[in-house]
Amino acid sequence: MDANGRSLDRLAEDPHYQRLVRRRTAFGWTLTGLMLIVYFGFILLVAFAKPFMGSSLAGGATSVGIPLGLGVILFAIALTGLYVRRANRDFDAEMARIRAEFDA
Amino acid sequence: MNAATNWPAIAMFAAFVALTLAITRWAAKRVKTADDFYAAGGGITGFQNGLAIAGDFMSAASFLGISAQIYSDGYDGLIYSIGFLVGWPIVLFLMAERLRNLGKYTFADVASFRFAQTPVRTLAAISTLLVVLFYLIAQMVGAGQLIRLLFGLPYPVAVGIVGVMMTLYVLFGGMLATTWVQIVKAVLLLGAATFIAAAVLWRFGFSPEALFSRAVEVKTAAALNEGLPPGEAAEAGRSIMGPGGFIQSPISAISLGLALMFGTAGLPHILMRFFTVPDAKAARTSVLWATGWIGYFYLLTFVIGFGAIVLVATEPGYLDASGGLLGGGNMAAVHLSHAVGGDLFLGFVSAVAFATILAVVAGLTLSGASAVSHDLYASVWRRGRVDQAQELRVSRITVLVLAVVAILLGILFETQNVAFMVSLAFALAASANFPVLIMSLLWSRCTTKGVVVGGAVGLFTALGLTILSPAIWVDVLGRAEALFPYSSPAIFSMPAAFLTIWLVSLLDRSGRAAVDRAGYAAQRVRAETGIGASGASAH
Repeated sequence: MDANGRSLDRLAEDPHYQRLVRRRTAFGWTLTGLMLIVYFGFILLVAFAKPFMGSSLAGGATSVGIPLGLGVILFAIALTGLYVRRANRDFDAEMARIRAEFDA
Repeated sequence: MNAATNWPAIAMFAAFVALTLAITRWAAKRVKTADDFYAAGGGITGFQNGLAIAGDFMSAASFLGISAQIYSDGYDGLIYSIGFLVGWPIVLFLMAERLRNLGKYTFADVASFRFAQTPVRTLAAISTLLVVLFYLIAQMVGAGQLIRLLFGLPYPVAVGIVGVMMTLYVLFGGMLATTWVQIVKAVLLLGAATFIAAAVLWRFGFSPEALFSRAVEVKTAAALNEGLPPGEAAEAGRSIMGPGGFIQSPISAISLGLALMFGTAGLPHILMRFFTVPDAKAARTSVLWATGWIGYFYLLTFVIGFGAIVLVATEPGYLDASGGLLGGGNMAAVHLSHAVGGDLFLGFVSAVAFATILAVVAGLTLSGASAVSHDLYASVWRRGRVDQAQELRVSRITVLVLAVVAILLGILFETQNVAFMVSLAFALAASANFPVLIMSLLWSRCTTKGVVVGGAVGLFTALGLTILSPAIWVDVLGRAEALFPYSSPAIFSMPAAFLTIWLVSLLDRSGRAAVDRAGYAAQRVRAETGIGASGASAH
């Protein structure tokens, strides 16, 4: 455990490791921020702009709120896909490289 | 339409029960260790776990509750669905991989990783049990109403059947059976909902506009029948296309939004699913699948709710003397399935809806049982000096106790609105579990005292304000006016939890606080890399 603990400390100080974690964390928070803005933007429209949300989109029954609401759903799925793609292609490979170097 | 002898429904439900019992039998042979019982041995793939998570989310409250809400209020139901979905990206970006890397069986493993075990696990177990109980009540009530309608069984008997079935799954099959029952049900439910939505759209030439405009006509005609003047009736009909009375004030809207979004990130039975996959990559993949399936399902629910306005509300055979739905407000989707697919399809959808409830209550019960056996008994009471057999025995006893409690509460809360009980569970999860998890994961200066006091403040603020809110103070206790006017407490209870954690941690100068802060660096490396993660060497 002690040896393991020491090697964890050394890994934590590795500049490559630190840069990767910083990059990954920043990416996670950026996407979190985007999701919060879009979702609470939607909620604020629901709360403060009811007549606008209920108004007709193109003269028919479909209201402005329908594409906005469905858009939030699609946006959430798209963001999730974006994160997974970047993590699978970029972050995982980088982490594997750092750990391989570190173990060597 | 009173289907006391709806043989197709009964036959299909019997087939589902037989299949799930076979799964349970298969799983029971494989469940030997605590790891198998709580976490399906860590052998579930990302795709399977995504379906199981989606299954947990596509509960009776989602399928029956939200489609019923769209049936009665239109657009308002969509606001609920969106709130249920948008928590998932947050879970992915901030939590899923770190949870998998640090945890073993319960989210308390993660929350207490570098803290004093006893206080943090005790708090986590209490909040888990409260969330599980509220969620269970909602599911039991939905089950009772559904089975009473479809099989003509008395309500208490129906609730009892659900209790017995879930006990069998969890007791003998553990997480492995619970997960596979959930996956089978998720596939059936997605298939059934796809068929209903496609059948509805087909009738309108796959034009949503045609569907919406017919729904507005139906609602307008209903308002005219109630004696409204034509101008007001047209407005009432039109109101289903925008946000309406369900969101009463801006504060209510934001508060509910917070509870739905962050509650997702704090539900113990969902967080538990991240421990059933082999590694962080699979945890990540499972969230992508889950978000995709849940989002797709809510799109279907929206069509189903509007379809019910058009095809159910206009058909006297589905309505009682006063114009309400036969069998209660939550039956919109069930009646619609009959309208588009006849008796046979009604039977199929009824069986699937019942299966939904069984699968979700099984997951909830397992989560509650693990909080008692893994957190309270093994870690707090026995301080980790306990063998697996003893821990599993306590877990199984807890399953039995929870089943009895769920049955009794299900009977007690027979007349409550199902969707509302679920949002209650979300408010508690958002106000206690989420702040505790996020702060312990991401803030280095956080201490034991901070998370325990802050988590407790969040939990009891949310609980207290909910009791004072219209849903309980007025509707249940029968008082004239609610002391807390908003529909969800989260806008107050979440900041209260975060601020308390922050303030108490900052002021904490105890010896334990020094240990807590010193432990952050090692926790961070493990969370980010998965070094030393549970199950990593065994697979």
